[in-house]
Amino acid sequence: MPDLKVLDAGHSGAPDELGVPGGRGVVSRRSLFDGRIMRVAAVDALRKLDPRVQIKNPVMFVVLIGTVITLFEAIAHPSVFSWSVMVWLLLTVLFANFAEAMAEGRGKAQADTLRKTRTQTDARRLRPDGAEERVPAADLSLGDMVVCEAGDVIPSDGEVAEGAASVDESAITGESAPVIRESGGDRSAVTGGTRVLSDRIVVRITAEPGKTFLDRMIGLVEGAKRQKTPNEIALTILLSALTLIFIPVVVVLQPFAQFAGGQVEVIILIALIVCLIPTTIGALLSAIGIAGMDRLVQHNVLAMSGRAVEAAGDVQTLLLDKTGTITMGNRMASEFHPVGGCGEQDLAGAAQLASLADETPEGRSIVVLAKERYGLRERDLAADHVFVPFSANTRMSGLDTDGRHIRKGAADAVKRWVTEQGGTLPAELDQIVERISRAGATPLVVADQARVLGVIELKDVVKQGIAERFAELRGVGIRTVMVTGDNPLTAAAIAQEAGVDDYLAEATPDAKMRLIKAEQEGGKLVAMTGDGTNDAPALAQADVGVAMNTGTSAAKEAGNMVDLDSNPTKLIEIVEIGKQLLMTRGALTTFSIANDIAKYFAIIPALFVGTYPQLDGLNIMRLHSPQSAVLSAVIFNALVIIALIPLALRGVRFRPSGATAILRRNVLVYGLGGLIIPFIGIKLIDLILTALGAY
Amino acid sequence: MGFAWTIVALVLVLALCWRFLGAYMVVVYEGRARWLAKVERPIYRAIGADPKAEQTWQRYASSVIVFSAIALLISYGIFRLQEHLPFNPDHMSGVEWHTAWNTAVSFVTNTNWQSYSGETTMSYLSQMGALAVQNFLSAAVGMAVAVALIRGFARKGSKTIGNFWVDLVRGTIYVLLPIAFVAAIVFISQGALQTLAGHAEVSNALNGASQTLPRGPIASQEVIKQLGTNGGGFFNANGAGPFENPTGLTNFLSIVLILCIPVALTYTFGKMVFSIRQGVAILAVMTVLFGGWLTMTAVAEQQGNPALAATGVSQPLGNMEGKETRFGALSSSLYNVTSTQTSTGSVDSAADSYTPIGGMAMLTGMMLGEVSPGGVGTGVYGILMFAVITVFIGGLMVGRTPEYLGKKIQAREVKLAALGVLVMPITVLVLTAIATAVNAGKAGPLNAGPHGFSEILYAYTSQTNNNGSGFGGLSANTPFYNITGTIGLLLGRFAIIIPALALAGGLAEKTVVPTSLGTFRTDKPMFVGLLTGVVLVIGGLTFLPAVALGPIVEQLSHGMFW
Repeated sequence: MPDLKVLDAGHSGAPDELGVPGGRGVVSRRSLFDGRIMRVAAVDALRKLDPRVQIKNPVMFVVLIGTVITLFEAIAHPSVFSWSVMVWLLLTVLFANFAEAMAEGRGKAQADTLRKTRTQTDARRLRPDGAEERVPAADLSLGDMVVCEAGDVIPSDGEVAEGAASVDESAITGESAPVIRESGGDRSAVTGGTRVLSDRIVVRITAEPGKTFLDRMIGLVEGAKRQKTPNEIALTILLSALTLIFIPVVVVLQPFAQFAGGQVEVIILIALIVCLIPTTIGALLSAIGIAGMDRLVQHNVLAMSGRAVEAAGDVQTLLLDKTGTITMGNRMASEFHPVGGCGEQDLAGAAQLASLADETPEGRSIVVLAKERYGLRERDLAADHVFVPFSANTRMSGLDTDGRHIRKGAADAVKRWVTEQGGTLPAELDQIVERISRAGATPLVVADQARVLGVIELKDVVKQGIAERFAELRGVGIRTVMVTGDNPLTAAAIAQEAGVDDYLAEATPDAKMRLIKAEQEGGKLVAMTGDGTNDAPALAQADVGVAMNTGTSAAKEAGNMVDLDSNPTKLIEIVEIGKQLLMTRGALTTFSIANDIAKYFAIIPALFVGTYPQLDGLNIMRLHSPQSAVLSAVIFNALVIIALIPLALRGVRFRPSGATAILRRNVLVYGLGGLIIPFIGIKLIDLILTALGAY
Repeated sequence: MGFAWTIVALVLVLALCWRFLGAYMVVVYEGRARWLAKVERPIYRAIGADPKAEQTWQRYASSVIVFSAIALLISYGIFRLQEHLPFNPDHMSGVEWHTAWNTAVSFVTNTNWQSYSGETTMSYLSQMGALAVQNFLSAAVGMAVAVALIRGFARKGSKTIGNFWVDLVRGTIYVLLPIAFVAAIVFISQGALQTLAGHAEVSNALNGASQTLPRGPIASQEVIKQLGTNGGGFFNANGAGPFENPTGLTNFLSIVLILCIPVALTYTFGKMVFSIRQGVAILAVMTVLFGGWLTMTAVAEQQGNPALAATGVSQPLGNMEGKETRFGALSSSLYNVTSTQTSTGSVDSAADSYTPIGGMAMLTGMMLGEVSPGGVGTGVYGILMFAVITVFIGGLMVGRTPEYLGKKIQAREVKLAALGVLVMPITVLVLTAIATAVNAGKAGPLNAGPHGFSEILYAYTSQTNNNGSGFGGLSANTPFYNITGTIGLLLGRFAIIIPALALAGGLAEKTVVPTSLGTFRTDKPMFVGLLTGVVLVIGGLTFLPAVALGPIVEQLSHGMFW
């Protein structure tokens, strides 16, 4: 076999699945407005009124202070109006808290589910003398050796030091099919909380207590250690500046009014401040951030920091491993090329016989092709048949039966074998082998003792729909680079078929690293996936490094995200989620600021109409009275927060297109919409208030 | 020349300035202009500047401050001591301390707010040695800061943003002096005065009464006052006086001089950041705003005074109160809009006498932050700060960390740009509030009610935006107005220059993100629209209540808004 590496590469993620598996993870999809989460969030909203919590959000803190002042005013000069404004200002703060609590609530519910899987098991620790002792899992420290047998829950994260076992990792990944974990190589990592189904392994503990993968996962989905991301900090600064400016803008109206011989009510000034400062985005900002992380979790991806999610939106170059990402994990037989006068049917038959005992995906694909195209079913073999297994020495496998000695294998190996048997090589053999190689496929030569029958063409099958995905990415300005260990010829052929922008052939970890650094020096952000220990340096160097959950713990440590499904194609979704996060913030900021214009037209006439009756000319919404105008604006301002919670949690819809088109759409929807909607909303609320007879 | 032809001619001349003066300034500020090397080098030796040594933004900013402080002290000294100094044929006495202080600050900050009448207050030495010199130097400072900020965008991984002293000298001798020299000759040929002899006594042959006509070195100062978007005239009447602005040609030329450098700097910007289209986008925003405001004013003035119209008086020439018949309503509108949108502040007609809408246009033109096209240098660095904020919001909307000209716009950039954009409105509003609340302030305005309010608001808006135009009506030459005005002048200048330079320093250090299809393009109509919108929204949101209490109330008193 020419390509052992490929045969061996096992990704547990369903290889034909481009999309993301939904709803099967532990962290299952929950409805946006799960009743239980909403009830908990409502209580949390009240709890978050604590000024020490509020001060973290400067915009809402100003609203809270305004509410308190209004409360005093309402006590001093009670009226339906003053109390209504007070109540709605308080609701504004509560709605903001509720939005945040909703976003957190979803995470908390997921964390609870995860906690249930973390059982307080005992571990069977091996003493240096080889004897076993039972200790609580929490007492395990780095480097301890523990024994796990069928039925045991692995007590903590570690590496298989000895043995191999099938492990049920559904607690972490939601994937019910067991995976093989064995000592040495890239499949030695085991995760605490998963269950051994068969055999016995000895695990070397690699995580300190309380810092296991499961602990980190719980912390992440709970948002316990959430830090503001760079863009979020920058946006908070802008929002704070916009809040800060509106305080003097409104406060100076008192002396201005007095100069004109009038007076404005403090309550109306506060209402104006609250309506002008960007409360909509201020209220929803942290919910957007939490929900972004949460969306990743829904996709079974754990981001170690919000910064990584944001960086994903900025990525300009994607490094994608060929195998498993661009092509199906394995090569598949696609064609039989008979030589030397052998019939196609005969070749197919021989190939089938040679592959009957070959359990590799390639071997099975040969049997399948023979069956599908030539109607060859598995037949009863003569009693004296002997399977010849593949060995690294002969690089062939096959079958001896009925006096036939059928072999298939790498071209040079089979050719040597045929020559040794005294056979001659058909002239066209080399041509065909060469042609197949050049096209990026793998030739396997089939021979019956001294006679060469033909060549099986094994093709790397590019995943369906992948070329379209790359075209979409190109449209969003993201370059895709295929990374493969193949020779440049093969790589070029597959790269062309898959439609990637570039490829790195005969890739070594070093070459990968150099490529990442070169891209970064050009100012680009790079994302990649990896699972092996030798991927670790590159994963650490990339701006977004997604480690496969099936990968080694070194890879998982180095990356800043872990994909529980181990589906490398998901990198594309991760980028989209990152973009969506930023877009949602930008869109709601625009909406929030655009809203102010209508609010001005509601409140300014109301403010000064006593002093200058002619200012009623600015009351273009023809609101009923100054008081109903102010109250309508305040109510609209509060309700819009509630109305936008679903959008904040779900995110602005991302359609892959160029920046110009995305911008045009968002400006139209959130800019122009933000300008017009409040005019309608405030007018409607005013009509309702008037109809209710409140004013 | 009809008004339409005036506009066409203006656009053509400015297009040439944009292309050639803009390109020339690139050459100048990149140190490739050599034809005045014989003048340049001795200056560097004299001030001890090394033309090859570059400065960090902190050094650059402290150089701006030190230079401005020295200029301030020298000017203040000349005003106070002018009676003991030469070139004082009309025996002007020393200027009052608060007037001298306000005037010194005003000219050093490129504002040229004048709370006094020039011809009856200042000696020729004060006019030439302090005012005219500052007209050159304060303009060169503005251009230097703009170029430094542009370098911030253009450079990558650099700790320095140029050398202030070198930029100052180059801007002065290579750009301002040559243009001013040529233009002054044209002005003199048209009849602007240029003499060191004192006032002239003229007797009227018709009625035998004699009259004192103040004279002086006017043409030289007139030209740089426009070119440097300073605006401080020799006379109180400023550009309306025939000795300053004798003919329609000089009126036209004045407008060209005001606009040429601010407009050309957008080409310089584009060229220096390696994309002329980026400069065109900025120019487009400026043009849209300018055109809008000009239309608003011209239409309002052409329609005439609504109060007069209400009495049935026909006004075929439009609102001619306070305007020179030499120029008419439309040309006057063009001149005053040009002057208020460029931080120049010279006027050729009385702003106080404009219709409420016309007056509001001048007021709000300044309130947008003087970016359309703004003062020499100040316009460019002002609008670039608006651009940073626009890019930040717009960039988020396309799902990327926002970037402008390849530079990532992050927390530090947003902080500095927000500071640079918001310091002006806060200063104006707070100062106006103080003036409307205290007796010393309430004593200022001539009119009561909304018009009086407009007079105060206009005064602080003009000073804080370093414009310098006066609405009239306000008795501003009092200790209260002179001192509070100075606060506006200083904050409006240096509280924007320092963030601009800090921005430049941070940007210069950053690497450049290559553009891709995912990049928010800042050389497209969409960006032009967004940036225009951001300028309008920030100006509108901060000033709408105040404007409502002034010009809007006045206009609504006449019934409909239009």
